[in-house]
Amino acid sequence: MALVLNEEQRLLQDTAKDFLSKYAPIASLRKLRDEHNPIGYDPALWLQMTEMGWASVILPEAYGGLEFGFLGLGVVLEESGRTLTASPLFASAVVGASAVLLGGSEQQKQMLLPQIASGDLTLALALEESHHHRPTHIATTANMQGDDFVLNGNKCFVLDGHSANKLIVVARSSGTESDSVGLTLLLVDRNAKGISCHRTIMADSRNAANITFENVIVPAADILGTVDNGWSILEPVLDRGRVAIAAEMMGCALETFERTVAYLKEREQFGVKIGSFQALQHRAAHMQSELELCRSVLLQALSTVDDAPEQLPLLASLAKARLNVLVKLVTNEAVQMHGGIGVTDDLEIGFFLKRARVAMQIFGDTGFHKDRYATLCSY
Amino acid sequence: MAVPSFIADSREDARFRTEVRSWLDENLPRELCGWVGRLPPEKMIPWHRKMFERGWIAPGWPEEYGGMGATLAQQLILQEEMGRIGAPTLSRQGLGHIGPILMRFGSDAQKAEHLPKILSGDVAWAQGYSEPGAGSDLASLQCKAEDMGDHFLVNGTKIWTTAGDKCDWIFCLVRTDPNVKKQEGISFLLIDMDDPGITTTPIALISGESEFCQTFFDNVKVPKENLIGELNKGWSVAKALLVHERKLMAEIGSDSPRHILQPNVAAREYLEFENGKITDARLRDDLVEYDMLMQAVALTHFRTFEEKSNGVRSAAPMVMKYVGTEAEKTKSELLLAIMGSRGMGWEGDGFTPQEIDTTRLWATSKVMTIAGGSSEIQLNLIAQKVLELPQR
Repeated sequence: MALVLNEEQRLLQDTAKDFLSKYAPIASLRKLRDEHNPIGYDPALWLQMTEMGWASVILPEAYGGLEFGFLGLGVVLEESGRTLTASPLFASAVVGASAVLLGGSEQQKQMLLPQIASGDLTLALALEESHHHRPTHIATTANMQGDDFVLNGNKCFVLDGHSANKLIVVARSSGTESDSVGLTLLLVDRNAKGISCHRTIMADSRNAANITFENVIVPAADILGTVDNGWSILEPVLDRGRVAIAAEMMGCALETFERTVAYLKEREQFGVKIGSFQALQHRAAHMQSELELCRSVLLQALSTVDDAPEQLPLLASLAKARLNVLVKLVTNEAVQMHGGIGVTDDLEIGFFLKRARVAMQIFGDTGFHKDRYATLCSY
Repeated sequence: MAVPSFIADSREDARFRTEVRSWLDENLPRELCGWVGRLPPEKMIPWHRKMFERGWIAPGWPEEYGGMGATLAQQLILQEEMGRIGAPTLSRQGLGHIGPILMRFGSDAQKAEHLPKILSGDVAWAQGYSEPGAGSDLASLQCKAEDMGDHFLVNGTKIWTTAGDKCDWIFCLVRTDPNVKKQEGISFLLIDMDDPGITTTPIALISGESEFCQTFFDNVKVPKENLIGELNKGWSVAKALLVHERKLMAEIGSDSPRHILQPNVAAREYLEFENGKITDARLRDDLVEYDMLMQAVALTHFRTFEEKSNGVRSAAPMVMKYVGTEAEKTKSELLLAIMGSRGMGWEGDGFTPQEIDTTRLWATSKVMTIAGGSSEIQLNLIAQKVLELPQR
């Protein structure tokens, strides 16, 4: 367990900070938004990111990975949260890669992981079916027909769903609608016959899609893990995703907070800097305290992935819940403390506000994780 | 609750932990386990003596001053094991406050005179800082020490002197120059509480305890050699001490002993469950919020240790007093909410002793965010020192 970064991780963080602030600042996201970019991210930038090894941070060396672990991944995600960089990093290199790593056969790993690492392949997880995160409530069906599965159903809020090459679809192969038993994960080309994909435009200018499956044929060889046992892979994959998105949210919160504190030192009213007002000082100091608490929780959650996976469910819910509350507080305070310019599109604070709200919904809102934490604590 | 073990001990540390655990098991009198409130001196002194003889009374003190010179990991282990068994908290004024100050600011003679007696427990110390008119604005203190040539003549009063009626010596901030900027006319004096002219009165608190006193000084003669550091430079000594005190208060906040009723345990006793869930959704939500907060506070406490061991600096130590003591208050309020009218007992046999303790601790918890620099002062300090916001 580590609650401080080592030399290697600090170097990675510096590299990520330099690169992202130079080549992928908020202005890049604004440009993607304003030109209605059909992909929603810059493929050339993603290629550069993969060349630096960012898509393979968590992958074992055997599959062309850096094997830096989740603490290493965390610093890259945190920096990408500061710049709100749109890329397949989360959906493909974290969630997709983890699903293959935890659930894939040796053959699937050999084939898919190096391609994910190089950026030649991008994945997206097709999970949600309603407007709240309910990972066991799956109505999409996967029925055996000869040697194949036939997929039918509707998915929503599929992150990078319109741009990924392949989808990992969570489908029900047996059981009733809210059962965790009877789920199967299927790997399918996004352009397969019977898939219709509708890109949605969200508040944060990032990428998600609604996807319909109509009699999509998936060969039995293309399932991840075993039939009906998808939950045993999906749950740890979601927990890794929760910790990863929490790291991105940490970067988002820190950047928003630092910009706000800088503004308090610069803006004058009543003939003085507004940062000299105690009403604002105490609110800023309270946020600093919350940031420190979240920093510890995040570091612990990241190292838990690698060092103590049996504690991951508890730590992932702790991290996601605490970071949800943090980004909401910090982004709201940032807008309020900036005053009038805080609600203009010109100022970049609005981008952080909107990304924070979308990130809060990803893989479980605050209520979901408080309920899960309480359940894990047996009350 | 499944509390994850945060940091695995090294082999050497694991051996030390076993040693501490079995020694405490054998040597801590059972009646002291889980003692609520301050121990009376007749129980405190023998226990202090035992820890002293074992060599564990001052884990953080360097060996040259008779301390243990323990590593941070060992200090943490001692703290954890004492908390686990419910060992009573020893007086912090000597070991935690004036001791470290003497090591840093005292003369060789002062160190030789006082440090051994602090370690052995022969001399108990009180702190003379606040005054009725000088609380958060400590630097405006008025208790004065006039230079009478061969001694100082002290007149005035100090308040919130912890266990002042049971202590042998008091360390005081006194005004030695009223005609300069308030911080620049303060000195740091050690005063023998047996000196003529000193009287001490306990103050009854809302918790029913009276561990704090007010001490009055009426023409008290104090020898010149009892001055710590230079004349009129007491404020810098005081500031060093306040940092220390905040750290100690933060430890109280983050490491509340497990023998005191914990909210998740209280929930099993006082709340209804259905299918393994607390039926009162609001209290269940409050409980999980508290558990998450406490986990975050504990992890931050561990992080400050790890950072210190690795020579990493962060803002975490600066926020610990604020978050730790606020969390303690949250906990007490939550316990009362969980216990309902069973949490309203004050004395007598209508309630269990644990219920009465819990209610009284709730009242005591209000002290935490006031003593040692109030929460508001902590936020001022974070704004000033960490965020470097402009001052007025």
